[in-house]
Amino acid sequence: MIRLLLLLPFIGLMIVPFYNVREPYLFGFPFFYWYQLAWVPLTSLITWIVYRSVRRAG
Amino acid sequence: MLANVDSAAFAVFLVLFILVTGMGFVAARWRKPETLAHLDEWGLGGRRFGTWITWFLVGGDFYTAYTVIAVPALVYAVGAYGFFALPYTIIVYPFVFAVMPVLWKVAKERGYVTAGDVVRGAYGSRALELAVAATGVLATMPYIALQLIGMEVAIKALGLSGEVPLVLAFLVLALYTYSSGLRAPALIAFVKDIMIYIVVIAAIAIVPSKLGGYGAIFTAADAAFAAKGSGGILLSPAQIVPYASLALGSALAAFMYPHTLTGIFASSGGNTIRKNAMLLPAYTLLLGLLALLGYMGHAAGLKLASNNDVVPELFKTLFPSWFAGFAFAAIAIGALVPAAVMSIGAANLFTRNFWKVWVDPKVTPAGEAKVAKITSMLVKVGALLAILLMPTQFALDLQLLGGLWILQTLPALVFGLYLNWFSSRALLAGWAVGLAGGSWLAWSDGLKPLHGIDFGAGKVAIYTGVLALALNIVVAVVVNLVLKGLPQARLSREAA
Repeated sequence: MIRLLLLLPFIGLMIVPFYNVREPYLFGFPFFYWYQLAWVPLTSLITWIVYRSVRRAG
Repeated sequence: MLANVDSAAFAVFLVLFILVTGMGFVAARWRKPETLAHLDEWGLGGRRFGTWITWFLVGGDFYTAYTVIAVPALVYAVGAYGFFALPYTIIVYPFVFAVMPVLWKVAKERGYVTAGDVVRGAYGSRALELAVAATGVLATMPYIALQLIGMEVAIKALGLSGEVPLVLAFLVLALYTYSSGLRAPALIAFVKDIMIYIVVIAAIAIVPSKLGGYGAIFTAADAAFAAKGSGGILLSPAQIVPYASLALGSALAAFMYPHTLTGIFASSGGNTIRKNAMLLPAYTLLLGLLALLGYMGHAAGLKLASNNDVVPELFKTLFPSWFAGFAFAAIAIGALVPAAVMSIGAANLFTRNFWKVWVDPKVTPAGEAKVAKITSMLVKVGALLAILLMPTQFALDLQLLGGLWILQTLPALVFGLYLNWFSSRALLAGWAVGLAGGSWLAWSDGLKPLHGIDFGAGKVAIYTGVLALALNIVVAVVVNLVLKGLPQARLSREAA
């Protein structure tokens, strides 16, 4: 079941209208940009969580 | 030919290029096997590449020289829309994590080298094998040509004119790929990627400080798009569905290509691939920041003859010439790795799924390696001729269709890993309808990647590759249901 976590990046990035906005800014980056960039480490983290459980199981 | 060359930039470029060429030939001795005259060794590096080598190799052939040039160019031209490469290269990794270790295991256990091998093993169908293999080769050729465009832009930025430098660089590439196989790009990928990282980190750290910070860069880009009356730093409402569907379709297609699959098959195990799915997003971060170079072009007030010049011009304008030479070398060498892996992937397909099946079924492993070596040479020469003799737009159009085509091999390659339901005839029908229907749609839209569909409330544009894949799957399901309904099909299943 923990593998379903892998769907989170798809959901987070396919809901384009949610992040197609300027505010709030972060370090001069509009939300559109830093939100998507933030999904890069987040996806790595999610994958690591799934990897740990898969490795234990198999 | 050397009239406008900056000597410092050229010297740096030449030294690095010669270093890498030497590495390409030495690679034959790296992790030396008993013999290189075996397709597993020449074409897959012995399937022993661990986490780090796989990381450099897959990263090096997935994020190509053309990406470094084209993504910032698109962002420079249209703004936010060009960023679809970012979600694309994020969601691709959960997919790789879930699917590719399964595929690797099947390939390792049964000695498969290509996608065509996997499909034939799963369905025992020569026709489906040929369909998948031919699609792979066709989709790869224009992709190699794009790498040449990337190299051409970098060489031109150095001030070298004429086609001789490009031909020379390519000849060198062809020769060491021939002698060292996949070991050459795997070894060169280390140098290439470290160089690209240095270039991009320098750019994202130094350029904003010269242009007044990231806030100023976004403001300048915003103003430039407003003045131009098109594009913007946010998506227009009509771009939202294209953005999402391009990201999704590209992600699903990415690891169906022969060169990315070659990188996967060459790794040492399922866990190597899973770890890479966690570590490869480091390149995505780089890509996202690289894309911002397009906006930096606006902030620097560049006047460009072609959008593709945005990255080279930025380096020429804002950096000392020796570092510009370093950056152009990084881009040109960055073209060598993917071009080599792509030609190896295509050569493996031709050898295993065409030559061995239709021409010489009794071919020895050494014979296979030889056919693959010669094919990899021919594939590269073909791509070079395409760039020298035909307009650039031709390669770009074909590359667009190639993405759509390769996506149509997904059901045949992936579904069988999980389901024992589809028959080869159903998958072949789906492939044919997806390929023909998708190509026809793209053609009738004037070779645009998007097709407008009217859902009643006005037209919505969707990536044609995704539409074709949906059609492909529907046809496969329907044909399968029909075939299962026929009595003889049921009998043959019981007999089996």
